[in-house]
Amino acid sequence: MDTVVFKGTTAKESLLAPPPILPPPVKRPKAKKTKKAVVFFEVEILDAKTKDKLCFLDKVEPNATIGEIKSMFHKSHPQWYPARQSIRLDPKGKSLKDEDVLQHLPVGTTATFYFRDLGAQISWVTVFLTEYAGPLLLYLMFYFRVPFIYAPKYDFTTSKHWVVHLACMCHSFHYLKRLLETLFVHRFSHGTMPLRNIFKNCTYYWGFAAWMAYYINHPLYTPPTIYGEQQVRMALVLFLFCQIGNFSIHIALRNLRPPGSKTRKIPYPTKNPFTWIFLLVSCPNYTYELGSWLGFTLMTQCLPVAFFTAVGFIQMTVWAKGKHRSYLKEFRDYPPLRSPILPFIL
Amino acid sequence: MASTEEDGSVEEKENNNKKRTKSAIAVAWLTFYNIAMTAGWLVLAMAMIRFYIQRGTHKGLYKSIARTLKFFQTIALLEVVHCAIGIVRTSVIVTGVQVCSRIFMVWFITNSIKQIQNEESVILFLVVWTVTEITRYSFYTFNLLNHLPYFIKWARYNMFIIMYPLGVVGELMTIYAALPYVRKTGMLSMRLPNKYNVSFDYYYFLIIVMLSYIPLFPQLYFHMLRQRRKVLLGEIIVEKDE
Repeated sequence: MDTVVFKGTTAKESLLAPPPILPPPVKRPKAKKTKKAVVFFEVEILDAKTKDKLCFLDKVEPNATIGEIKSMFHKSHPQWYPARQSIRLDPKGKSLKDEDVLQHLPVGTTATFYFRDLGAQISWVTVFLTEYAGPLLLYLMFYFRVPFIYAPKYDFTTSKHWVVHLACMCHSFHYLKRLLETLFVHRFSHGTMPLRNIFKNCTYYWGFAAWMAYYINHPLYTPPTIYGEQQVRMALVLFLFCQIGNFSIHIALRNLRPPGSKTRKIPYPTKNPFTWIFLLVSCPNYTYELGSWLGFTLMTQCLPVAFFTAVGFIQMTVWAKGKHRSYLKEFRDYPPLRSPILPFIL
Repeated sequence: MASTEEDGSVEEKENNNKKRTKSAIAVAWLTFYNIAMTAGWLVLAMAMIRFYIQRGTHKGLYKSIARTLKFFQTIALLEVVHCAIGIVRTSVIVTGVQVCSRIFMVWFITNSIKQIQNEESVILFLVVWTVTEITRYSFYTFNLLNHLPYFIKWARYNMFIIMYPLGVVGELMTIYAALPYVRKTGMLSMRLPNKYNVSFDYYYFLIIVMLSYIPLFPQLYFHMLRQRRKVLLGEIIVEKDE
């Protein structure tokens, strides 16, 4: 039953002023508010291993995202910040994405999710910056022959071989480029990775950098003997070519993805000739990276560098094959001519 | 270090419903391989016992069994291939590390450095290896034949408790005894300057190898202890995943 309400009039006022003439009360529909019948969801979160009930959320909006649910879960369990939560429909299933919307998931109005702790997390940017800053600085320490590395009579001396200076410039340029790309170019799919990765990755990069730098900057270093200066020149050309190539690919990949998004698209060659390799290869950034390090190996003729190149190649091949496989799975029209990392070979 | 890894047969005992889709050829080959290896190590054991009974000393014992030991221990590389092609369900890396450590001890220490061949520590690890391998290969053999006597299972999952540490002691003492000779001869080492711009000092490498026992041995030992609790005592252990 509608009631007509006099706003702003008190009993006293209504005695002084003549009452306004109102139309007789007409049965008209209730003023339309945007609220229609909303079915709230209930969400319970169980531990994926022990199946203990960890959290119960009632009155969850149907259009709530997994990301929002993670934030709510974080409130009741402050030690598990959203980045370390893995929420899934099935204890052994895949993790749900932050963008997934509750009502679009195959759940009833009482949704049951399983939680796995991913462990302490660290941001990708932090890991990249740390793992690349190490080699940059360590190599320079060896180049300038800082004390306690070589015999004291060599402290702060410089090598007499010009290829050693060239190698230092190339190595430093390479890691500087990587640092700048991390800050300004790359658009990461994931925000974080497990904390232990930073120790693993830094050991790898810093360890190898120190091992290579020790020999290249050693007082008893022997410059390339097989083809001498010709070898160094060609190696430099290869190195620079691949550095530009690698950078071009990073830019092309960045432009595939609008800022702040995590979309995935098939990369195609652009006007830049260095990207034409996309016709033959899924992950040309790795191809160019291999080329750069092959160049550096030839330039320095140093076995530890060859080792580093080989190990890096193996790891990048594993990554390239995985990426290639996920491209094939995600895109029906993926160009069939492409190989993961080496045209026609691998 | 003594081998530890059980093959997929153990897990089959635990989950009776898990169907193993192994070809008949694979089963036949593995049965043959494990019988052959059991026999080989038995031969080694008997040769060692006979030598000691006849001569009353361990001096010269290594030399007398060296060829047989090298043969059977090197053939164990096949086990890495078995894992790689999938007929044995164990990690390639774990098996690889174990076989490589044995190959290393035999070829790069005991075989190459003649002066330490009569050390007591050599006899120690040889005895440990022999006992362990006979137990392990007969365990695999009986498993493949689906006729595992309890005492073999018992031996496999209990002997290691003493054998393992003893084996480690024997190996470490042998490497330690070899150090002075490595230093003196400069074997397997490369110095600067050279055209590959690399150097390698076998002496320091051996020291690093010895130090690496510290993190590696407990991991393998506790892994075997966990396997033992699962297999012999039927405990259900929820593995801590990554």
